[in-house]
Amino acid sequence: MSKTILSRRGLLRTGAIAGAGLAVPTIFTASSARAFTNAPSGGAVTLGFNVPQTGPYADEGADELRAYELAVEHLNGGGDGGMLGTFSSKALEGTGINGHKVEYVTGDTQTKSDAARASAKSMIEKDGAIMITGGSSSGVAVAVQGLCQEAGVIFMAGLTHSNDTTGKDKKANGFRHFFNAYMSGAALAPVLGDQYGTDRKAYHLTADYTWGWTQEESIKAATEALGWETVETVKTPLAQTDFSSYIAPVLNSGADVLILNHYGGNMVNSLTNAVQFGLREKQVNGKQFEIVVPLFSRLMARGAGENVKGILGSTNWHWSLQDEGSKAFVKSFGTKYGFPPSQAAHTCYVQTLLYADAVQRAGSFDPCAVAEALEGYEFDGLGNGPTLYRAEDHQCFKDVLVVRGKENPTSEFDLLEVVQVTPRGQVEYAPDHPMFAGGALGSCNSGA
Amino acid sequence: MLKLGKKDFTLFLVVAVLAIFAPFILNPFPTDSAMAQFNAGYPDLMQRFVIFGILAIGFNILFGLTGYLSFGHAAFLGVGSYSAVWMFKLLSMNVIPAIVLSMIVSGLFAVVIGYVSLRRSGIYFSILTLAFAQMSYNLAYSVLTPITNGETGLQITLDDPRILGITATADGGIPVTNLFGLEMRSFETWNVGPWAFQFSVGYYVAAIIMLVSFYVAIRIFRSPFGMMLRAIKSNQNRLYYTGLNARPYTLAAFVISGMYAGLAGGLLACMDPLAGAERMQWTASGEVVLMTILGGAGTLIGPVLGAGFIKYFENIFSKINDQVVHGWVSFLPDGLEDVVVAIIHPFVGKGWHLTLGLLFMLIVIFLPGGLVEGGKRISALVSSRRNHNAGDAEAQAARQQPPAE
Amino acid sequence: MDAIILQILNGLDKGSAYALIALGLTLIFGTLGVVNFAHGALFMIGAFCAVTFSRLLTLSHQVVDETRTDFLGNPLKVDVPYMHDLFGEGTGAAIIDWAVPLSILFSIPVMIAIGVIMERGLIKHFYKRPHADQILVTFGLAIVLQEVIKQVFGANPIPTPAPEVFRGSLDFGVLLGFDPNAIIYPYWRLVYFGFAAVIIGAVFAFLQFTTFGMVVRAGMADRETVGLLGINIDKRFTIMFGLAAAVAGLAGVMYAPINSPNYHMGMDFLVLSFVVVVVGGMGSLPGAVLAGFLLGILESFASMNEVKSILPGIDQIIIYLVAIIILLTRPRGLMGRKGVMED
Repeated sequence: MSKTILSRRGLLRTGAIAGAGLAVPTIFTASSARAFTNAPSGGAVTLGFNVPQTGPYADEGADELRAYELAVEHLNGGGDGGMLGTFSSKALEGTGINGHKVEYVTGDTQTKSDAARASAKSMIEKDGAIMITGGSSSGVAVAVQGLCQEAGVIFMAGLTHSNDTTGKDKKANGFRHFFNAYMSGAALAPVLGDQYGTDRKAYHLTADYTWGWTQEESIKAATEALGWETVETVKTPLAQTDFSSYIAPVLNSGADVLILNHYGGNMVNSLTNAVQFGLREKQVNGKQFEIVVPLFSRLMARGAGENVKGILGSTNWHWSLQDEGSKAFVKSFGTKYGFPPSQAAHTCYVQTLLYADAVQRAGSFDPCAVAEALEGYEFDGLGNGPTLYRAEDHQCFKDVLVVRGKENPTSEFDLLEVVQVTPRGQVEYAPDHPMFAGGALGSCNSGA
Repeated sequence: MLKLGKKDFTLFLVVAVLAIFAPFILNPFPTDSAMAQFNAGYPDLMQRFVIFGILAIGFNILFGLTGYLSFGHAAFLGVGSYSAVWMFKLLSMNVIPAIVLSMIVSGLFAVVIGYVSLRRSGIYFSILTLAFAQMSYNLAYSVLTPITNGETGLQITLDDPRILGITATADGGIPVTNLFGLEMRSFETWNVGPWAFQFSVGYYVAAIIMLVSFYVAIRIFRSPFGMMLRAIKSNQNRLYYTGLNARPYTLAAFVISGMYAGLAGGLLACMDPLAGAERMQWTASGEVVLMTILGGAGTLIGPVLGAGFIKYFENIFSKINDQVVHGWVSFLPDGLEDVVVAIIHPFVGKGWHLTLGLLFMLIVIFLPGGLVEGGKRISALVSSRRNHNAGDAEAQAARQQPPAE
Repeated sequence: MDAIILQILNGLDKGSAYALIALGLTLIFGTLGVVNFAHGALFMIGAFCAVTFSRLLTLSHQVVDETRTDFLGNPLKVDVPYMHDLFGEGTGAAIIDWAVPLSILFSIPVMIAIGVIMERGLIKHFYKRPHADQILVTFGLAIVLQEVIKQVFGANPIPTPAPEVFRGSLDFGVLLGFDPNAIIYPYWRLVYFGFAAVIIGAVFAFLQFTTFGMVVRAGMADRETVGLLGINIDKRFTIMFGLAAAVAGLAGVMYAPINSPNYHMGMDFLVLSFVVVVVGGMGSLPGAVLAGFLLGILESFASMNEVKSILPGIDQIIIYLVAIIILLTRPRGLMGRKGVMED
């Protein structure tokens, strides 16, 4: 074990010429050949992994970091190569990226947009990171995406589910592999119709911030198209820990389905509280009362324990998938860490590979060249079936999983079972769909 | 000199010199060395040092002089940031109007909150300010999203109207915050041998404003007004008996302090045009309190040191991961190396909170006067021994030891 | 009407948690004059006592089940708790099921020990220091405690269910003559409310009817004089700190089934419980309890749709708004004494 960290300072973009005036000639080593922010000099390239390490999403962040470390290992030719072997593109050969050895720096987003930007800035300014990736919430993703656009580096979003990330807040330098709220609604609605019928009355509890709102809007639209009626939508404060006063009135409202537009700690508590109130044992309007959690995270669902059993939701990826890519990834992740990866880990691993592949195919680290290589790119073998990185909004289009809390789990990781793999065609939408309108990609910025 | 006493002038001069040469002082390690991890001389962190320094200086005018412990100062920081970003969106990308507006708006907020909260004292005052700040934060995150952009934070977009400026640059980008054309984010890198020093426009703008703020704070501390505030701290009742109403003085101190916070918030937005709601959360208010007490409440330089200390940990220690630690101790035999890494592991990276919490406790327990007292003790020690020890990296945060206070 | 009764129940339930934490805070503040920012952390540690205890009960050895496979395709290792070996599967499972109530017994000595160590080792040295120093040092301690818990248990919430018989809910409305399903309330939350009432009653009785309590009350009123009377007030204060820690811990233990414990739950409650204490009036035990229930009930009412449709976002700020109104109309909170923490 003798790794050395070289936080190489790529020479910085502005005014090499103006700087020359200040410099003592013999020790001044600026090169004017660079055309973009943090162009790698020497034999290594630095990636910036910006994940929540403190705060409520720290475990999710830790899983993301494991995936990144695994991805770096595979890119540098270590381990069993993971999904490099199943990836449809064969540009990556396990020799780093474009012949540069991959190194990385890590930072803490604290799940706060301010702190996440500070951390990303230090990676760009101090460590010379050429690409920033990671994160576990949409607020952070949008904030860091904006920063990367201004600084002229590529941002590969981690876990972010809000429509806005590739909707009204989309940026030319930002790319999202994870699915979004609209896709959750589109994938979930038909299954809800099959399982619970088309004559249902839904009651929404929604986390009172932008992600919650986009998800409520998406699920509401999808279920109403199915014939469901929305009885009530109630916003709950983000800081709420006890949801009893929001759940108590549900049974009296005439609703027979409760939809929880919550994530993370909010989701764990609201679901636990809803089950405590015995909602799932009740009959309303002559039907069994049901609870739906549109965005499921296996990692967070563990916190709700038994309460997730039988609850329907959607997820970006699950380790029990049996395609070659997923199997390869679960194998190398499981062998290295002893437990299966989460969907956050998966999306982060894939994003790293996709970035590396795009650089390799473009033959350059120039963000504009990389963006061009990613735009409209069709690939397969990374666990979600054939996938498209759409050029218009930098959103990946792929199959979406509808899952259900498992009744008889064999282990603490075996919490969800896949009910249906909703094909990509069913979750696609036009780039100018009203839920995504209002923003513009702008032009790519390489910091030149 | 500058209407300052001799001691104060020396102190001001020292701070000025340190601020000007910060890019060198904060980057003591060659870029490629393993210790480069501890370098803090990159634009973003240097900017944060001086901006949070301004915030803490302002907080100290209220807390250090009058003893009123505001637990909601972050509200003014947030309000300042929002005002500044709105100015960028609507008027111009020049930082001057943004800073002016952020000070005015936060001043108005401070008048209202201060007028209400100062009707009570002690912990009742603290809870009132906390309540106002928490209400601002909760509303900014949810109901006020049209004004604050909630969770994401208020950002500049490609379709802002911007009356005195362009909506987007010629190549389709978002224009950059500037001071009459001087871009805040631009910087020069000077490579000297293995060292690289970064000189950022934004940093120097912020540093000059910090020096002005510091100067104003010294003047306030030494003025009759400052004396009045100290009198309020030591015995408010006695003031009442002498026929003086303390309230206008405390309100003035509160508003000045709030405007300092607004200025800091505005500057944050100038350096990085985003205003997040978390800036107003109680943890952010608590951070200001900690900075001030940690550095040394009531002293001139203490709060600045405290601000530097906390920001250093937040930005430097959180980035040390196992790979980095392995790099440091790679000279050890393999088995021992893993043991050492396992020992260091809980305190760095995701464990930076733990280190910070431990240091809080150690400093309060052993240095009741904060870092300033530590500085005094060290300088007493040094002058008695007459030798000079080179400080190690961790002592860096406390680098600006004041010669006198 | 049924909606209002339901929200009053919710309010009493929330209020129970607030009141218990505020009670401990006030005890410490009233007796020792210390502002304890680590009190939320004690509540959190209480909840983790329940987690630890149920982990101890489920300590397992692994048995390889050849018929099933794990996620990597290897034979599945099934955990068999030692409890099952010791008491047979039925009794063993029953004991594990009752982990949370049983952990009360486990947590009382643990919490008292933590409280005493905290007081003797740290807080003692801060009696004469300014409140600002007390806040800083206890805040530092709170961070350290929660980070230690995070390193051991991770950042995610950990499910800690109530015993089987307490799951599900009581149809309260039927008892009062309403329609079925009009007022249903979970059993465990009713248990929590009853438990809180017992603890609060016990603390008051202890202070009111024992000699020890009398001395402590005297000490709260005038520490110096009591000391001059030759009574070793320090020792009693140490015990009081242990007691306050135990109250916070018990509040946490019983709270674990309501919401899965996580390492930052203490911080979530910290600010709220300070607001409660101050609204109640610094140093007033009945004030703290009263304010706890009052704020709990008002918070529940504010979350009703009828209220929210008139005042959007009111549930976000209700606690703080009420605190401001009360502090402006009653200068020392509901039942505060003059001169306490006013300078």
